[in-house]
Amino acid sequence: MTTAHAAVPLLEARALSFYRQDEPVFAPLDFQLHAGELALVEGDNGSGKTTLLRMLAGLLHVAAGELHWRGKPLQRDACAGEILFLGHQLGLKTDLSPRENLRVAAGLHGCREGATPAGVLAGIGLGGYEDEPVRRLSAGQKKRAALARLQLLPATLWLLDEPYANLDRRGIAVVNELLQTHTSHGGAALVTSHGSMSFHGGEPRHIRMHA
Amino acid sequence: MSRAPLSRACLAMLRRDLVLAWRRRSDIAMPVLYSLIVTMLFPFALGPEDTLLQRIAAGVILVTVLLAMLLALDAIFASDIEDGSLEQLMLAPQPLALMLGMKILAHWLTTALPLIVITPLLATMLHLPAAIIPVLLLALLLVTPLISLFGAVLVALTAGTRRSGMLLALMLLPLCVPALIFAAGAVAAAQQGLPWLAPISWLAALLVLAVVLAPLACAAALRIALDS
Repeated sequence: MTTAHAAVPLLEARALSFYRQDEPVFAPLDFQLHAGELALVEGDNGSGKTTLLRMLAGLLHVAAGELHWRGKPLQRDACAGEILFLGHQLGLKTDLSPRENLRVAAGLHGCREGATPAGVLAGIGLGGYEDEPVRRLSAGQKKRAALARLQLLPATLWLLDEPYANLDRRGIAVVNELLQTHTSHGGAALVTSHGSMSFHGGEPRHIRMHA
Repeated sequence: MSRAPLSRACLAMLRRDLVLAWRRRSDIAMPVLYSLIVTMLFPFALGPEDTLLQRIAAGVILVTVLLAMLLALDAIFASDIEDGSLEQLMLAPQPLALMLGMKILAHWLTTALPLIVITPLLATMLHLPAAIIPVLLLALLLVTPLISLFGAVLVALTAGTRRSGMLLALMLLPLCVPALIFAAGAVAAAQQGLPWLAPISWLAALLVLAVVLAPLACAAALRIALDS
């Protein structure tokens, strides 16, 4: 059963590209992402990494090419809630505390079984800061508060744009742990990063972007 | 894994926006103070003549409330676009139009409702007879959500542009003319002892239409605004 399931990729892109004022942002991309896989999107500044992630998340329309979700042409209604996107803008309300921010997210998405906002925040290293307004937190702590969403909300595919930015060494390790737990439980993740990444769970797949 | 039920999602949105508004409650006071001061200027400018003030009272209050709401309208989606909350909202497995509807409701509760609460005070300042005040309040209860809904659509449409404040005013004010005519018409009829239910019913009909269509238009406009 597992082999049959693994044969169908979770996400498949065929000749995917995006145009801005009739100029292609990146060359047509083909890739497959299976459950349990981690893909690293590499490319220089301006090569379209963020654009690719926003397109996969459904924020940008698919300009050319095709996207398939579990073997079928991707429809946003069918995979709503299965894809979690974390962009440069963290989506945190700065007047609310990390706990309140998580509660809103849980209200919209639902919760993973057994996950609670307090437990998740303690796990990500924000214990003691649960009720502090986000605007008083440091950039790294804000990032952690946003990353806590990954652990709380149910989703199969994570699209993470620069998840390591602003994080200290301990934070980077936490992200790696999150990714490893996620992929070992049948989740998949697409991660963009300039910096080197030490991922323990095997060699990640690489997707190179060319302008 | 458990998908969040719709009612809880609606409640979470509404609560979030109300809590945010409460944390910045000085912003709530601004439109109230503005309308109080503007209304106070009229007796100074026109003289304290009872009959004149009585005749213009309803019109002055309606226009003042409209302008006060315009001041606060700009902010309805701005911070959510800036900090990425809107992106997250779009990707949530919930109907976007309904979630935006909750945002508009929260906005109405925090900007329009305080204005309606002080309306009896404004009306008394302009010597509007006490018997007319309920009609004015009823008209405002129907007009203000209309302004919120129209305004939200226009804010969503101008989301991508810079310095949209003035543009918003130029687009919204003409759109509010029919609603303003019906509301003022109802109060004027009541003042002359004529039946005033017809214009109020027109307002209610407009509101029903706007409640259904405006959130859908907002959702479509914001999706387009972010898709670039």
